[in-house]
Amino acid sequence: MLETRRLTVRYGRTTAVDALDLALADDEIVTLVGPTGCGKTSVLRAVAGLLPPSDGEIRLGALRIDARHDVPPEKRGVGLVFQDFALFPHLNVADNVAFRLRDRGPAEHWIERLGLAAHRQAMPDTLSGGQKQRVALARALAHAPALMLLDEPLASLDAALKAELRWEIRDVLKAAGTPALWVTHDQTEALSVGDRMGVMHTGRLEQIDTPDVCFRLPATRFVARFLGDAAFVPGRLEADRLVTAIGHAPAPRDCTGERVDVLVRPDDLSLQPAAGGDGGNGHVAWARYEGETRLYGIGLDHGETLRVRTNHEHDYARGMRVAARICAGHPLAAFPPGD
Amino acid sequence: MRRTRASLLASLAVATAALAPIAAIATLALGADVAFDIRSLGILTHTVLLAGLSVAGAVLLGVPLAVLTTYADLPLRRLWVAALAAPLAIPSYIGAFAYFAAFGPGGELDRLIGLPSPRIEGLAGSALIMSLYTYPFVLLSTRAALQSLDGSVVDAARTLGLSLPAALWHVVLPRARNGIAAGALLVALYALSDFATPAIMGLDTFTRMIYVEYNAFGLDRAAMMSLQLLALVVIVLWLEARVRVRRERFGRRVHLPLSTGARRLALAVAAAVVMATVVVPLAVFGLWLAREGAIGFEASFAFNSAYAAGLAAAVTLVVAVPVAHAATTGGLGRLCERITYLGFGVPGIVMGTALVYIGLRLPLLYQTLALLVLAYVLRFLPLAVGAVRASSDRVEDSMVGAARSLGAGPAEAFRRVSLPLILPGVIAAAALVFLEAMRELPATLLLRPTGFDTLATYLWRVYDAGQLGRGAVPALALVAISAAALAIMLAGESRRRRLTPL
Repeated sequence: MLETRRLTVRYGRTTAVDALDLALADDEIVTLVGPTGCGKTSVLRAVAGLLPPSDGEIRLGALRIDARHDVPPEKRGVGLVFQDFALFPHLNVADNVAFRLRDRGPAEHWIERLGLAAHRQAMPDTLSGGQKQRVALARALAHAPALMLLDEPLASLDAALKAELRWEIRDVLKAAGTPALWVTHDQTEALSVGDRMGVMHTGRLEQIDTPDVCFRLPATRFVARFLGDAAFVPGRLEADRLVTAIGHAPAPRDCTGERVDVLVRPDDLSLQPAAGGDGGNGHVAWARYEGETRLYGIGLDHGETLRVRTNHEHDYARGMRVAARICAGHPLAAFPPGD
Repeated sequence: MRRTRASLLASLAVATAALAPIAAIATLALGADVAFDIRSLGILTHTVLLAGLSVAGAVLLGVPLAVLTTYADLPLRRLWVAALAAPLAIPSYIGAFAYFAAFGPGGELDRLIGLPSPRIEGLAGSALIMSLYTYPFVLLSTRAALQSLDGSVVDAARTLGLSLPAALWHVVLPRARNGIAAGALLVALYALSDFATPAIMGLDTFTRMIYVEYNAFGLDRAAMMSLQLLALVVIVLWLEARVRVRRERFGRRVHLPLSTGARRLALAVAAAVVMATVVVPLAVFGLWLAREGAIGFEASFAFNSAYAAGLAAAVTLVVAVPVAHAATTGGLGRLCERITYLGFGVPGIVMGTALVYIGLRLPLLYQTLALLVLAYVLRFLPLAVGAVRASSDRVEDSMVGAARSLGAGPAEAFRRVSLPLILPGVIAAAALVFLEAMRELPATLLLRPTGFDTLATYLWRVYDAGQLGRGAVPALALVAISAAALAIMLAGESRRRRLTPL
């Protein structure tokens, strides 16, 4: 449905998007995630036609767009949902949703589907944030876009609403069979709603894959750190195993090199109280209670501090000697040392 | 892209036109035989004293009334606020006119009930009138500051041992200081620029003497004094730019409990102020209307006023849209916009003098209505540019982007999204310019073509000829017009406040 080839966007001298290759299948939801200023919103605006590409090509269905051949936004057949909703303040909910429709049927359908029936006549500034976002979504869907673009759709909502709307938007997009490119800076959101996710950093796509692969086997240390707590433990590659001072794990398939840094996340580790013959390899430096789980900072004897997540039942006192061990059954990511 | 370049060019042209009067004044002043002498010193003293006393009077009236109407439980509070703000709707020269006629030996008060009263004139009279008709600036700016102040600071001060009046003095007023200062500087600007009030009161200020010199064919001396007056205006504007009005989040309201006696006293003071500012002039004009009717008044005066002001409103609007648009495109456009704001600081009498000189140099314009309309446009353009920009700020890029992504072309997006959103602001701006131009006196006096009389100039002629009674109809018409202007302005403000999320 959507394909970008070496898409580049520059503002004056700064390059916001640098030779980006991205492809979206016909009913796929791809999230684009990265820190502020990584260029993810520029990708979206370029695809929507609100920002001309400086170089490279955008293919949208049968359309070919590049720096010389522009197609205005209204001819692209994309729906856009903005962070600030961009509802028309002089039109009520029904008129917003049916903005350019002759047949108001689709508008009614999406108003009902998104639970806005009671607010048909309401003006946008009387709605709550969640309602505004539903109207924005209904408006975009009612105009039957071939591709949906969502720009931080949940960023201006509060936490409880975020979690609820996240799933609702995904369900609605899947029900409509509309592919979507969903931009967010929130890694939890990106991990949970996307069929695939792309991680951007300084204008480049660092990795694009399923959320599970991005999280477990990040392509770069940046991706590893951005998606969650990450520590790197020195180790060796021995046959198909990664061996470290705190245990071993299967090596990923394409792993090369003898000395490696192994990525361990807090839930790849287990914790045992030091007892009997096992004197342990560190002590509890700090502990945080998180409800269902506990997060411990373990000061290893040779100096590093690792984070370990355990079941909430294990309550270890600060200063207690423990043994932290790798317990992951799946392959762990490995990086050339010191890069 | 093409549209941007066009509006930038238009904006440059307007900025050049806005600089022209100041350049004209400067050129003209070079020919003056004296720059500053002992007489100028007197004029300067009078002008500065008038501005200072007006500010003092306006603050003394405005601040206590603001505290009372904001914090105390007065019956019909909203009505009192409206009544106390009403003097804004009466040009101070109308007040000066009424007071000049009502008091003193042979005044209406004397004639009607034989009550002897001192003549209201000179510095004291000018300062009194000016304070009475400008204190609402201070009232409104102070109220805005007081309303946004969280009442819990007063509670905190009282738990720390301060009495309520002491808490108001030490905790509330210092934080409202910038609001008070903002209002006071508006008063100063008004007092420096106003022509007719000191003229009617017989006080030799810059504005009055510029007019005297102009009538004595001393255009270069008028220009020299204009330049000196502009220097004073620049000082006030500079101070104004330094005052930052801090907006706090609205908190709990401060409550000021009043004893019955104190409440009666407060209401009596408020009633006296409304009496002095609104009832006295209206009573005087009503009396004249009953006594002399509309003798001497011709409908053409009202028609001329509306015609010139209508042209000014139309031209201002046509010019304001590109200036406002160019201001959003970059540094040069913003500079041009800033330059057009100069017109607001140029007193009407100075603008008149400058354009008379330009008219003498360009015979094509001399004694034409076009020159008068140009004066209005340059004076009031900032009002329109401000209103157009405020309303176009409502149209965010994302709204146009949303319309485009839904399949609307640029023309449809403008017609269905941008235009409906900016139209109310544009119409309000046009109405405001129209009404301000209707009540403008000094520039009109200097620039009107021979035989072209407006409501304001007719009122001035009536005063000049000593036939005060004939002023009833134009004065009442001007009050009605000004009230409409005020209503439009306040409606626009409350709309903006509603649309701005906190």
